[in-house]
Amino acid sequence: MVSPMASKDSIVALSSGRLPAGIAVIRISGPTTRFVVETIAGPVKDRLTTLRRLKAVDGSVIDHGVVLFFPGPGSFTGEDVAEFQVHGSRAVAAKVLQTITSFEGVRHAEPGEFTRRAFLNGRLDLVETEALADLVNAETEAQRRFALSNAEGAQSELYSSWRRRLIHARAMIEAEIDFADEDDVPGSVSEAVWSDVAAMIGEIERHVEGFKAAEIIRDGFEVVILGAPNAGKSSLFNALARREAAIVTDEPGTTRDLLEVAMDLNGLKVRIVDTAGLRDAAGKVESIGIERARAKAGATDLVLLLEDMADPVAVSDVPNEVPLLRIGTKSDIARAGAGDGYDLVISTKVGAGIERLLKEIGDRAAAAVRNAGDVLPSRLRHVELLSETRDFLRAALSGQSQELRAEELRLAADRLGRIIGAVDVEDLLDVIFSQFCIGK
Amino acid sequence: MTSHYDVVVVGGGHAGCEAASAAARAGARTALVTLRFDTIGVMSCNPAIGGLGKGHLVREIDAMDGLMGRIADAAGIQFRLLNRRKGPAVRGPRTQADRKLYRLAMQEAIRQQNDLDVIEGEVLDFEIADGRVAAVLVSGDRRLACGAVVLTTGTFLRGLIHIGEKKIVAGRMNEQASMGLSATMARAGFKLGRLKTGTPPRLDGRTIDWASLESQAADEDPVPFSLMTDRIANPQIHCGITRTMPATHELIRANLGRSAMYSGSIEGVGPRYCPSIEDKIVKFGDREGHQIFLEPEGLVDDTVYPNGISTSLPEDVQLAILKTIPGLEKATMLQPGYAIEYDHVDPRELKTTLETKRVDGLFLAGQINGTTGYEEAGAQGLLAGINAARKAAGDDDVVLSRTEAYIGVMVDDLTSRGIAEPYRMFTSRAEFRLSLRADNADERLTPLAEKLGIVSPERLQRFGDMAQKLDVARALAKSVTWTPNEAARHGLEINKDGVRRSAYELLAHPGVDMAWLSRVEPRFATLDSKTAERLETEAKYSVYLDRQQADVAQIRHEEARLIPEAIDFSDVPGLSNELKQKMKLRQPRSIADAQRMEGMTPAALAIIVAHVRNAELAARRSVA
Repeated sequence: MVSPMASKDSIVALSSGRLPAGIAVIRISGPTTRFVVETIAGPVKDRLTTLRRLKAVDGSVIDHGVVLFFPGPGSFTGEDVAEFQVHGSRAVAAKVLQTITSFEGVRHAEPGEFTRRAFLNGRLDLVETEALADLVNAETEAQRRFALSNAEGAQSELYSSWRRRLIHARAMIEAEIDFADEDDVPGSVSEAVWSDVAAMIGEIERHVEGFKAAEIIRDGFEVVILGAPNAGKSSLFNALARREAAIVTDEPGTTRDLLEVAMDLNGLKVRIVDTAGLRDAAGKVESIGIERARAKAGATDLVLLLEDMADPVAVSDVPNEVPLLRIGTKSDIARAGAGDGYDLVISTKVGAGIERLLKEIGDRAAAAVRNAGDVLPSRLRHVELLSETRDFLRAALSGQSQELRAEELRLAADRLGRIIGAVDVEDLLDVIFSQFCIGK
Repeated sequence: MTSHYDVVVVGGGHAGCEAASAAARAGARTALVTLRFDTIGVMSCNPAIGGLGKGHLVREIDAMDGLMGRIADAAGIQFRLLNRRKGPAVRGPRTQADRKLYRLAMQEAIRQQNDLDVIEGEVLDFEIADGRVAAVLVSGDRRLACGAVVLTTGTFLRGLIHIGEKKIVAGRMNEQASMGLSATMARAGFKLGRLKTGTPPRLDGRTIDWASLESQAADEDPVPFSLMTDRIANPQIHCGITRTMPATHELIRANLGRSAMYSGSIEGVGPRYCPSIEDKIVKFGDREGHQIFLEPEGLVDDTVYPNGISTSLPEDVQLAILKTIPGLEKATMLQPGYAIEYDHVDPRELKTTLETKRVDGLFLAGQINGTTGYEEAGAQGLLAGINAARKAAGDDDVVLSRTEAYIGVMVDDLTSRGIAEPYRMFTSRAEFRLSLRADNADERLTPLAEKLGIVSPERLQRFGDMAQKLDVARALAKSVTWTPNEAARHGLEINKDGVRRSAYELLAHPGVDMAWLSRVEPRFATLDSKTAERLETEAKYSVYLDRQQADVAQIRHEEARLIPEAIDFSDVPGLSNELKQKMKLRQPRSIADAQRMEGMTPAALAIIVAHVRNAELAARRSVA
């Protein structure tokens, strides 16, 4: 067991939300914690809530509050940690913080510093650290569920289960190499592991495919509004955003840059992107905007191709590899029957069709994450390392001699280990000795 | 009476002999203290040297001009190359040895060594002055003043033999244990632990029904351990193979309570890979039977070592067990099997030179460090002996890295992780197994040994010749190239990319070997067989070695990150001792520098990067 790294400083921060509020929670972590607690609140029992009078250094009472002390290394950060729950006024919180930071060796924490200490002291693995950051930043219900399940270790558990299987596979191969002269390790023992390695390759592939869904949950389902100048893109964008985010004029080509607004549709984050109108004869600056619009639309989750039904203008080079909805705009002034050939018709002026459009976007966003498995890779880093793991496993499966196949497995385990934590040779030996009677 | 030495080695087992020889070769005036000269080089347990992982250690000892390889060649009576059908990186040379030949050859080597005296007596204590070892006190009022001591106590430190209910204070059967030294070590503050090992009964070979048993022969062309051995002169013998029977298992189960192991009278921890027969039945009793190798202990010795039934059951049960085993029904026992408990020092008390951190100039090697096996002991003895001599002379430390030798792997494992059971070498412990091969041990270590001045001129001559032949062959293999079309004309289908490939590169291809090269290019046919084999092996793995390098390079996005000088990595958990020391010694300026350090692992680098980030944040804070 690794002892926690000794941080010289103790850190303190207001860990609850914006003040004033009902209560404020102030958290401190580091070697001075116990001294601080005993000085301002008196001795307290580990892990039990105690109501105390909190006193400033000069002995004056600051507030009545609940004190909680968690001794390291079994605490969140691995160091001694304490929480003060006090009345949530700015004045009380400020006085408590000021009192605590007046102790030598105590300072205000940097953003994320409690979590960083937890990682450095081995209390969280990398994946859990990343997930915790996501959980703290979660905006939508889907993000919360996803981050929580990862912070609670769903993703780590999946990778750990692969790691255990890989340890087993490696142990069988290593047993054949290191105990070739042992009666109890028959030459064919490793054959059984290769079918499991093959199965694992499939599982990793399916998991990696889920990254798209994870990205949508984390970063949002992206919808790009495309169309000729004056097709009503910005009007729609603003109607969706319900605010005047883009300047809307009758002058063609005024939205040169990409504008974006995020919304919450049925618990999923959806990002709507407004783009420059597509037309061929455009100025230099405008051309850049048009280029950006096309590039953005080419790699998005959904394109809304808008066309003014009253004055249709064909646009060229519409991306054809992404899902697309053809939308007729200005239905309030279009002639009857003009809506044929469109997936939807809307009028931002009278508000027609907007709810249907939102429902359509929401359904598509939900469908994009519905088919993914329960546990998804949440970072590009995971996907890259998992892909390398898969490649090494494939090489191991098709490899020639046993020590080279073992090397591929070692590299695969190393890549998997880089996601959550290393595979130790002692793990291999444990498996070998529990399965075989070694020692002739 | 005081005599003066540079180095005093305590113990004449495998660690002690290598330590004494290495220290003397390094130019130190050396004394080897042992109870009796004629127990020098005794094989206490199984009569065999080498094996998987262990054979690598013997090759490395030999490459540094140590003794074990040459002695095993002189005493070997059943050479077998293990994993012969697997790749060269995981082949393990092994031989059974004639106990008497081994012991005598070792004693002769010790006698022949210049600057090495053997002193018979019991070591009672050592003197420590100003935290540094100053002298060894030996029975008969002898005081050996010295600059460094290598302690190799094997199983003698508070040794206690168990045979069923019987307990005997002894270091080996019929040899006195060392009680005083254990107290000395404890007094000096060393953390002592207790380990256990065991040995099977010895049988009278004349009472074994060999004719009814399956037998195992030696290899037809025995491969010697030592570069200095041209051929194996000893006749090669057969071993018998038999198995335990259901009746054996029943008998053991019925008597478990009388086994010292299971009656609770043994506190020491035994090795999982060398279990007693009781252990095998308890843990793997569902197996149909456990194999037993009947290994003759010598060419003119009727003693047989039944490999596989180490035990601490009482003598009468041991005899009864033999009756249930095919071929041994009428066997008589020359010596009962026993378990032995002994003290060891937590190897985390050691530096990677095998010097203790607590007492300057005191080195430990072998079982006292929690290892098991002659080869592990010998390899530590070699390293401790070299460093003891250098300590006495005031020279720099010598450390072997995980990337250059199995010895380095073992020492790093021991000193950074400590042990939970007797430590034995396996090839799987070496992450750079593909480059740490038995076949290239000489190239890896002889040049270093030469620099240290511990290699004989004869070996340097041989090594030089061999290395030169290999250089020529390698240059040839790299200069001869073919296009894919040319290769196809010789029957080799490779990717038609128009790129010329050298013979060296093509050797990594599954369809290419020296025979193929010799057919296509006659100059390869003129290489001698040893050189050809070395070239083939080296080339076969070169792709993987390149990839290992590429792996390390892959983490380059942290390359430009500088490491603040203020960071002290000696406090960072998760880094091996080797790395901590190296970080301190080398003071890498950037993550890229740290990355290029030998022995750096991705996991260790991640930890270093995290701490650098932390320090950067701290620095920013103090500015703000």
